[in-house]
Amino acid sequence: MDSHAEHHVVPKSVYFAVFFTLIALTWVTAWISTKDLGSSSLNVAVALSIAVFKASLVVMFFMHVKYGTKLTKMIVCIGIVWLLMLLFIAMMDIWTRTWMGVPGR
Amino acid sequence: MDSHTAVAAKPHGAHAHPGYGELRHHFESFDQQKDSATIGMWVFLLTELMFFGGLFLAYFVYRQWYPEAFASASNKTDLWLGAFNTTVLICSSLTMALAVHAASMGKRILLVGFLIATLLLGGAFLGVKAYEYHDKWIHHEVPGEHFECEGCKDEVHTPLFFALYFGMTGLHASHMIIGFGILLVLIWQAWCGKFTTKWYTPIEMFGLYWHFVDIVWIFLFPLLYLIDRTGRTLL
Amino acid sequence: MITATPPPKETKNYLNAEHGLKSWLLTQDHKRIALLYLIAVSAFFVVGGIMAVLIRLELATPAGDLMDSNTYNKVFTMHGVIMIFFFLIPSIPAILGNFLLPLMIGAKDLAFPRINLISWYVYMLGGCFGVFVLLSGGVDTGWTFYTPFSTTYSNGYVVMTAMAAFINGFSSILTGLNFIVTVHRMRAPGLTWFRLPLFVWAHYATSVIMILGTPVIAVTLFLLMLERGLHIGFFDPAYGGDPVLFQHLFWFYSHPAVYIMILPSMGVISEVISTFSSKKPFGYTFIAFSSVAIAVFGFLVWGHHLFVSSQSAYAGMVFSILSYIVAIPSAIKVFNWAATMYKGSVRLEAPMLYALGFIGLFTVGGLTGLFLSAMGLDVHLTDTYFVVAHFHYVMVGGAIMGYQAGIHFWWPKMFGRMYPRAWATVAAALTFVGFNLTFFPQFILGYMGMPRRYHVYPPEFQVFNVLSSAGASVLGLGYLIPAIYLLWSIKNGEIAGPNPWGATGLEWQTASPPPTENFEVTPVVTTEAYDYTALKLTQEVAHVG
Repeated sequence: MDSHAEHHVVPKSVYFAVFFTLIALTWVTAWISTKDLGSSSLNVAVALSIAVFKASLVVMFFMHVKYGTKLTKMIVCIGIVWLLMLLFIAMMDIWTRTWMGVPGR
Repeated sequence: MDSHTAVAAKPHGAHAHPGYGELRHHFESFDQQKDSATIGMWVFLLTELMFFGGLFLAYFVYRQWYPEAFASASNKTDLWLGAFNTTVLICSSLTMALAVHAASMGKRILLVGFLIATLLLGGAFLGVKAYEYHDKWIHHEVPGEHFECEGCKDEVHTPLFFALYFGMTGLHASHMIIGFGILLVLIWQAWCGKFTTKWYTPIEMFGLYWHFVDIVWIFLFPLLYLIDRTGRTLL
Repeated sequence: MITATPPPKETKNYLNAEHGLKSWLLTQDHKRIALLYLIAVSAFFVVGGIMAVLIRLELATPAGDLMDSNTYNKVFTMHGVIMIFFFLIPSIPAILGNFLLPLMIGAKDLAFPRINLISWYVYMLGGCFGVFVLLSGGVDTGWTFYTPFSTTYSNGYVVMTAMAAFINGFSSILTGLNFIVTVHRMRAPGLTWFRLPLFVWAHYATSVIMILGTPVIAVTLFLLMLERGLHIGFFDPAYGGDPVLFQHLFWFYSHPAVYIMILPSMGVISEVISTFSSKKPFGYTFIAFSSVAIAVFGFLVWGHHLFVSSQSAYAGMVFSILSYIVAIPSAIKVFNWAATMYKGSVRLEAPMLYALGFIGLFTVGGLTGLFLSAMGLDVHLTDTYFVVAHFHYVMVGGAIMGYQAGIHFWWPKMFGRMYPRAWATVAAALTFVGFNLTFFPQFILGYMGMPRRYHVYPPEFQVFNVLSSAGASVLGLGYLIPAIYLLWSIKNGEIAGPNPWGATGLEWQTASPPPTENFEVTPVVTTEAYDYTALKLTQEVAHVG
């Protein structure tokens, strides 16, 4: 494992390509939100997928994780996993709370 | 795993080295010092992520419970202003990335220029945000005694949306304001020529912070502005 | 102050390197910062201890004759807040961890010495808020700050107390961040991950919890303060908010926080058991990975605190099963410690006595935890003294016993002096007996149905309560005696020498007390951890006992 944070200089063209993609996706996601895709969950899924894609572009290229050490990649993964753990395990309660049919449960 | 180079005898105490900045006394090498800063910054961002995570959980719970309140209240935000502001923030992320690039090339004037551009774009973002807050204020859309939400469905629960709106964007904005302060210091240091091609760690670390703040907004935008723009819930 | 006691040999060490108050308050030396923490944390332990004394005095009789219910609420709340946020969480990591981590990995300091000092000041700032609350009339929510009582109905200084815990959280985040970077980047040449002492593994796992959990309690307390100040409705059912959401967020941190308290203790125990058995720990890799496993699984079980709330019963079942799983890595450690002692040459020095006490008490605490993670039984036992006894077995019998074992083990390293060993043996025995006398009756009380957090109770519970209060005074003696002889030993103890216990580990290869730079030359590690044969070959072991 190469533990040195090598000064991998990312060509400017990469930054601009990422930048224009991000801008385009911002307006695409704004525009598509005004269109009825048939079900509201589909609209949500599209909006969140675009956001995830945009965020990963920023993490990979602007934040240099693509060129970073294994450790950096691991830290990013841990962050994502723990955030999802917090959200999903707590939502597991919210989703199943009404199943019993007992008032207040 | 880690390649430790042979330990050279080295006088105690911090000492300067041309072009490398200062090597603090407890580090063996500049590589070690820089790696430590990078890992430390990423770990710090991890804590930031979990900090916002609690608010995101609150958001998901109440959106799950009060979909109509959230959808109709979300329509009170200005979609195109939000999209414009997202664009502004992405621009500032680009200039920040270019600032790091300029620093790695040792182009001092370019570095200062990009940092100032980042500062101005960040300022523009906060300006638009302040305008939006003001707009909410005059329309009584701030949770509290005088709260009202014209044409909203499930009006009892709409304050929860606005509470989360102000909580999340406010926390995000406070991160930008802190970033603002750090940027001012960095611009001054860059102007004085403190950074070299071999040592520009603060610029790089601040870049990571700034991009992180950008990412938070990338999620806040669809979650707060784009819940339902088709008008379906308002029928 | 401790500064005023240079050892007689005028060798340069971290204690006499510089003099004066300023040299302490602005120090960036991890060893000095550890001592700053030692003083502050001990002060809070005394305050929290006084609260415990008041509680046990009140409960000696069934009637509420010492204080009214309102005062009692404030007393047990302050006991909890101070002991958890200001004593247990920083105790081992910020004192022993701070002192030993760089020494154990052959580094000159932690990766970020300035941040280390800042963390102490942040701790003190949080402490100021805590002291302010204490002096101005206290708070009555219990240390858990449950909503909507805390946000709407409580008359105490809720915002101030939440602020104290909020600020204090950043201190532990900074400590955790520092430890993680240090373990990754500051290890001496040749010191690979699997040559690290188990103490370091335990602290690494603890730091992971600090980093990932603490921010969540920070944002939770932030929302709590907003809610109490502005009544936005986040946790208030009147506005459609969910009080159970507060409990989810609170326990997402606060359950793993239990492992912040116990994991460092387990690290201490691994070192002590190995040293006083003169044997490499049985199943080194298992103990190391079980620390990490505890840190990870610890995040999946928080819902077992919510069994009797309106949490979904289905979520409850999942949390119940996951709670059983977290017992596995803990059991792995206990079995491995036992196997380490098996056929070792066991020496019953004071640290070892504390460690043996830890194993017994922690096992009882852990096993009663299994009772409580069984959802059906928990409905019966929730909010009874059974729960109080359970978590005191883990936190006092576990975490504090481990802390005492560690203090007794590394005291000669920290100050270069040995304490009177006979007294230490007496103190260890008193602590063990006093502890069991205090808390075992509480299991019975709880099972009989005595609820926690009440200052009056039916007369039939008095026998066990009197036993418990009597035990508490023995336990108090068990804490007081070490305080006296340890302080005495700083000036008057016999010179300990670099390695009084015949222990392996880099921290024992430098002088006691260590020089400011820790090592004359950066050590190069060529052997596995806990290599007692190499130790015997290379150095004359100072004979003990």
